Amino acid sequence: MNDSLPSAGNAPDAVAAHARETFGEAVTNVLEGPGGPTLEIRREDVLNVCRTLRDDPAFAYEQLMDLCGVDYLNYGKEAPGRTWRGPRFAVVYHLLSLKHNRRLRLRAFLDDEMPMIASVVEIWNSANWFEREAFDLFGIVFEGHPDLRRILTDYGFVGHPFRKDFPLIGQVEMRYDAEKQRVIYQPVSIEPRVLVPRVIREEGFGRD
Amino acid sequence: MAEIRNYTMNFGPQHPAAHGVLRLVLELDGEVIQRADPHIGLLHRATEKLAESKPYNQTIGYMDRLDYVSMMCNEHGYVLAVEKLLGVTPPVRAQYIRVMFDEITRILNHLMWLGTHALDIGAMTVFLYCFREREDLFDCYEAVSGARMHATYYRPGGVYRDLPDRMPQYQPSKWHDEKDVARMNKNRQGSLLDFIWDFTERFPKYVDDYETLLTDNRIWKQRTVGIGVVSPERALQLGFSGPMLRGSGVEWDLRKKQPYEVYDQIDFDVPVGVNGDCYDRYLVRVEEMRQSNRIIRQCVEWLRTHPGPVIIDDHKIVPPARETMKDNMESLIHHFKLFTEGYCIPEGETYAAVEAPKGEFGVYLISDGANKPYRLKVRAPGFAHLAALDEMTRGHMIADVVAIIGTQDIVFGEIDR
Repeated sequence: MNDSLPSAGNAPDAVAAHARETFGEAVTNVLEGPGGPTLEIRREDVLNVCRTLRDDPAFAYEQLMDLCGVDYLNYGKEAPGRTWRGPRFAVVYHLLSLKHNRRLRLRAFLDDEMPMIASVVEIWNSANWFEREAFDLFGIVFEGHPDLRRILTDYGFVGHPFRKDFPLIGQVEMRYDAEKQRVIYQPVSIEPRVLVPRVIREEGFGRD
Repeated sequence: MAEIRNYTMNFGPQHPAAHGVLRLVLELDGEVIQRADPHIGLLHRATEKLAESKPYNQTIGYMDRLDYVSMMCNEHGYVLAVEKLLGVTPPVRAQYIRVMFDEITRILNHLMWLGTHALDIGAMTVFLYCFREREDLFDCYEAVSGARMHATYYRPGGVYRDLPDRMPQYQPSKWHDEKDVARMNKNRQGSLLDFIWDFTERFPKYVDDYETLLTDNRIWKQRTVGIGVVSPERALQLGFSGPMLRGSGVEWDLRKKQPYEVYDQIDFDVPVGVNGDCYDRYLVRVEEMRQSNRIIRQCVEWLRTHPGPVIIDDHKIVPPARETMKDNMESLIHHFKLFTEGYCIPEGETYAAVEAPKGEFGVYLISDGANKPYRLKVRAPGFAHLAALDEMTRGHMIADVVAIIGTQDIVFGEIDR
């Protein structure tokens, strides 16, 4: 399996421990999972943390492989007695260190009303389009981004389609209107339907 | 003195050299690019959002349609992520099959890239040659999965079924008489593995042919040497991966550095470029085809002598054999549950990456314990590469844009998702 290899640099908990030591308060939580360590950081400190993660030779995360938004609105909603109490939006960064051959995941939770965080384009130029994508799909604003425009959705699109409260079938549909002799937008005419309901089973369900 | 203004020109989205639906707004000073602004999203299908509304297995088919010239590698990334969260490991035979088909896919992808890249720059012959070889590899896809492109062959826990013992054969028709058909079926007499082996015997010679046409070709060199140069530092900054990164001289290949499946037991070399221009990336990809050929041969040899299961024996995740369903109540229930509800994955998140032909194809999967992903994010290599188009084309001529789009190996299925 990918990131739990012996060849993948020194033990991941060493990274987590070093991060706690270096960043102190800025790291609010450290999670160990099947995909390597995750650092949860305060959104105010994102620039400091990221710059150190890139420049400190003990970290040396030269590459930002991925950046994406997450909307936790419906997280675990189907599970009885378990609701998500944390903030709604988060930005997740996936870093890669070629020098140490290891990966790290960063997560910064954002404000519910105005999801906003500093842009890391200056630190890793590859963040440019990834941040535009997160802005387009989730409405997360990246302060200091040089060119924060929509990227994947149509010109003139309204809304942020990957938010959990945006319906899968969308809000509008497009058709050609023979009378007006042009393409028009109108509210969707199809009903949303669920083919397979979403269920959460406890671990080991049906196994005994 | 007359005022000099920059021209703004639209390139695409229906330009044959745009490799799909790329709309490029170019700001020109004479014929020199001042700024290139790619407008993407014309092929956006919200694959990641669709995945949130489907059981895990139903998303595998969508993965084929991301980078639609390297189908099985995309499936591989997704399936690895699901397996990691489930905590299952496929049987060794399935791992070898996956590695073999990953490399077949790599050759498929690189042939497509080489053919179209050369065609864009004006070499027609290579295109025809490359597509001839792709047919044989599509036949391999068809033999295992029934589909020539969108295979949906990999499953969490292994692969859908074992390799077939015989290859499908051509039948006589109005256009091909018995003698033709006998010639066409000559290498299809044995199993799929025999057919693949026969292909690997022939393939190095084909690559020599492409190289004869291009490597020392004066026009080819004029169009590619010194074009779109990226330094190793910039390549890292811009999030490059795969041949784009190796072309700039960074030795980084996930198959070597973070081996998944059985890549650590297979002998192959990783080609690395020096100058970081289009020509070096061409050389890297051509050598990768030869190395893939080597990997396929090792897999065929292993697979011939090691029969065994190709998918785990856990009917909570993998449906039972169809025959047992007819007379076994438990199998019937398993089958019903799997196809009406699917399986739930323990709560957690993971990032699984494979070395796809275009670079690092990563899948970030968040599960809240349900039978559907809570969030799926696909990290497409082409997305980061196309983002660098502006920097790579700046100061070049219009004609070089075509060479640079070609060298980036752009496919819009994965960029727009």
